[in-house]
Amino acid sequence: MAQKEKKGVRLDHISKIYNDPKTGKAFYAVRDVSLVIEPGSFVTLLGPSGCGKTTTLRMIAGFESPDEGEIYLGEEPINALMPNKRDTAMVFQSYALFPHYNVYDNVAYGLKLRKMPKREMDERIAKILDLVELTGMETRMTHQLSGGQQQRVALARAMVVEPSVLLFDEPLSNLDAKLRVSMRTEIRRIQQTLGITAVYVTHDQAEAMAISDHIIIMNKGVIAQMGTPEEIYHHPQSEFVADFIGEVNFLEGDVTAVGEGACTVSIDGHAVQVANPDGFEVGKRCKLVLRPEAGILADTGALPCKVALSCFMGAYQNYHVMVGDTLVKLADYCPVGRKVYRVGDTAYLSFREGCVHML
Amino acid sequence: MKSSQSAALERRKFFADPVMVITIALLTVLLALFILYPLAMLLLDSIYVRETSLVPVSQVRAGTADVPLSEDGTIRVLDNKGKAVDVQPDALEGAWGCLYAKNGRVLKEGDEIDPENVYVKVQKRYVTFDAFPRIFADYTFNTAFFNTLKLGMITSFGSVIIGLMFAYVDCYVNVRSRAVRKMFDVVSTLPVVSPPFVLSLSMILLFGRGGLITRELLGIYDSNVYGMWGIAIVQTLTFFPVCYMMLKGLLKNIDPSMEEAARNMGAGRMKVFTTVTLPLMLPGLGNAFLVTFIESVADFANPMMIGGSYDTLATTIYLRITGGSYDTNGAAAMAVVLLSITLVLFLIQKYYLEAKTAATLSGKASRARALIDDRSVRVPLTILCSLISAFVIMMYIAIPFGALFKLWGRDYSLSLKWFQQLFRDDGFKAFKDSFLLSLIASPITALLSMIISYLVVKKRFRGKAFIEFVSMLAMAVPGTVLGVGFIRGFAGGVFRTGFLQGIYGTGIILVIVFVVRSLPVGTRSGISALRQIDKSIEESAYDLGAGSAKVFLSVTLPLIKDSFLSGLVTTFVRSITAISAVILLVTPRYLLITCRINEFAEKGAYGVACAYATILIVITYAAIVIMNWVIKHFGTSKAVRLKEE
Ligand SMILES: Nc1ncnc2c1ncn2[C@@H]1O[C@H](COP(=O)(O)OP(=O)(O)OP(=O)(O)O)[C@@H](O)[C@H]1O
Ligand SMILES: [Mg+2]
Repeated sequence: MAQKEKKGVRLDHISKIYNDPKTGKAFYAVRDVSLVIEPGSFVTLLGPSGCGKTTTLRMIAGFESPDEGEIYLGEEPINALMPNKRDTAMVFQSYALFPHYNVYDNVAYGLKLRKMPKREMDERIAKILDLVELTGMETRMTHQLSGGQQQRVALARAMVVEPSVLLFDEPLSNLDAKLRVSMRTEIRRIQQTLGITAVYVTHDQAEAMAISDHIIIMNKGVIAQMGTPEEIYHHPQSEFVADFIGEVNFLEGDVTAVGEGACTVSIDGHAVQVANPDGFEVGKRCKLVLRPEAGILADTGALPCKVALSCFMGAYQNYHVMVGDTLVKLADYCPVGRKVYRVGDTAYLSFREGCVHML
Repeated sequence: MKSSQSAALERRKFFADPVMVITIALLTVLLALFILYPLAMLLLDSIYVRETSLVPVSQVRAGTADVPLSEDGTIRVLDNKGKAVDVQPDALEGAWGCLYAKNGRVLKEGDEIDPENVYVKVQKRYVTFDAFPRIFADYTFNTAFFNTLKLGMITSFGSVIIGLMFAYVDCYVNVRSRAVRKMFDVVSTLPVVSPPFVLSLSMILLFGRGGLITRELLGIYDSNVYGMWGIAIVQTLTFFPVCYMMLKGLLKNIDPSMEEAARNMGAGRMKVFTTVTLPLMLPGLGNAFLVTFIESVADFANPMMIGGSYDTLATTIYLRITGGSYDTNGAAAMAVVLLSITLVLFLIQKYYLEAKTAATLSGKASRARALIDDRSVRVPLTILCSLISAFVIMMYIAIPFGALFKLWGRDYSLSLKWFQQLFRDDGFKAFKDSFLLSLIASPITALLSMIISYLVVKKRFRGKAFIEFVSMLAMAVPGTVLGVGFIRGFAGGVFRTGFLQGIYGTGIILVIVFVVRSLPVGTRSGISALRQIDKSIEESAYDLGAGSAKVFLSVTLPLIKDSFLSGLVTTFVRSITAISAVILLVTPRYLLITCRINEFAEKGAYGVACAYATILIVITYAAIVIMNWVIKHFGTSKAVRLKEE
């Protein structure tokens, strides 16, 4: 498909104020959000329910108007443009297919509005239906399709107009778990094939990890952290982010000594060595962020702990251990051949190199 | 912290959409002009007095007369053409054309003039509420006022009770016979199809002095159906099916487990009904009561036909207006009184009870209810309902027979002579006029109501509340009041300037009245249809580049096609059977079926009246059959409907 110039999206100090329908008080649904989405990249807005993801997306689409700030599509400010004048296309959670049209007419809707000649239109539609693997279903009515197929029609309908930006609002949340996994791979594949800029809203962190170039974590209307999935996972900048993405354990301690790029942290009086890229100083109270798979149990080590739960999960052995009064959840992957601790055993906890992060 | 940037942006986006802006502006103007303005004129007429009187010139000069003086010392008098002229009091002598004799004769130059006997005509304008105490002191009006309220009480009470019984039997009792169920269906659709006064007509035919039942069967020779009980019975039979349908909707939503819980704790069936079911339904019953009350108060045709000397507000106002009363203020004040009654009830119903009903009975019943199979409940209730249904159906059947019998009360042999007379007469023109005018009104109403519902449900803009309220307001305006309002508002043009005066007395104004009368019904159905549609369907059309007109035509309208089609037919049926407003506005240029029926019935020519009514019922019934067929075959596809659920 012929590519036009790719455009990115820039949000410049965007806020949206709503009135609480019950109390009538105004509150920020989105507050001072600034971000740059590079052309052709896939960015995910991730956050708990009510954090303002949909609102942000709808402001980009033009269904809501920001109360502060300006939105740019490429270099052009688009605040005052109506949704139909913006070069965006949205894929809705409910798919929002036109129930009175068949697959072909659904996909053709945007092209007809652009007054495309019939021949060219047919070609474009054939190509896009091929891409979403719906060839041969042109004349089906939308209710004669499965959920996944409907989702792909919605995708095709949005993409066929070759928008500068594709917007997704939890497009997979109505599908069952298996289909969700295969569809997200599909969406990523198609987006990469076409190279369209995409903004994707979800509250499923696994989904976000799997498909994004960048993840933006939102909380209560503000951006909590932005970064690649790896950065977000391994270097969460706040307890909220660490907790929101994946399983996490927090271990509190005091920095007792600082060395070259590392420091010693005393937990319950037991000293452990941790990398210290953020330059914590001696005497500082800190929290160690420990992912379950980053801890190793052994018969010797720095941090003694008591096993409170041990159970076999197939891919890994699941442990709950008590470090002092703190419960730590661990996952020991591929436990075959290693010692399996039982409830009541005393073991020593150590950390995988570079996998522990200080807050 | 509220920033106005989003408001400013919304405004810019709004004005970047000329189609929307123009549509909204146009709608606002139309609604204001054809609904609010006539009512406002009525209100104004009832309190704003223009009084012309003759004042002796000598008194004007002496300054003792009560004459409007302007600052420059001139007085404003009316010349012989009714135009206002400013003159100096000193120059009155030569002001020919403005001078009158005591008897009102215009004095001409050269007339012999008695200086003591020269008058000028002055007009005084002032605001007063005098008209209201005056009309209440008027015996006829006063009686009519209380008659109307009494009638409203009786009718709505009766309708709610019977409606409740039908709804209860329908939802709770295991009615085994399919014939009985079928009868229920027929009874609930009949009043939709039927012209308003059909039941009155058959009441007279069956139970009147020459009534088939009273006289022929029972041998009663002095039966009198005219009067309050006649109207009350006819109105109850006309309106209870509406209550039935409303209450049925409510009962269906009561979760059976609540009642089962009460039964479980040992309550008897009656106890459950009075302690659980009834309290839950109370707001809904109140709602049904008020709706019926409004209908009864606004009803014109039945009191007109069967009321005899029992006058209601609607008929009294009609008689005042057509009887050529000179008390402009009084007639307007009466209409205002009638309007106030319905308006207050409407506001209570809409803003208080409707919300309450929704609050107590929200959500769906979790599962089917175990129907009552107990003979002691089932048999008597079923029989009672069947009897009432059979009675209503019989009343309708009487109409075609009234047209087919040679001479009701004397000669019960069949003949087509009434139909022949109808067509020999100007019956054909009446059908043509009624049919055409209704046919013109229906697409206009259907489209307007879909546009209004679209704007109300899917759009945000200033003045939305106005559009919604005014288009619903028409529901609370009795036809008679609207008719009087249109006379006052348009007979002399808008604000008596002559603007739009051309439509007065033409078919256009009749079509407008039809549209106004049906708009609330269409809008309500459009709104509820649109509320079911996921808003993201339209948003995705916008998002793909469609403007608002395109979205409406290519997405919204097809999705509410059923509502549009039923709006078409409902308007047609309501228009062709309408009488209360149009009877005040129709001119000899147009003959309307309903008005003809009324005329013939007044004359006692029941044969022709029945012939008209029979054909009218056939037309409306056919329209509904066609609509159902079209909806079934070309309506919104089943799948769409399923999806909406
Ligand atoms: N039209 C509105 N009027 C008032 N408040 C609103 C409106 N729309 C959204 N909100 C509020 O704004 C906040 C953010 O809503 P938003 O829909 O963006 O959340 P979200 O992050 O998409 O959540 P979810 O994951 O549940 O979809 C919520 O508190 C919501 O209640
Ligand atoms: Mg959302």
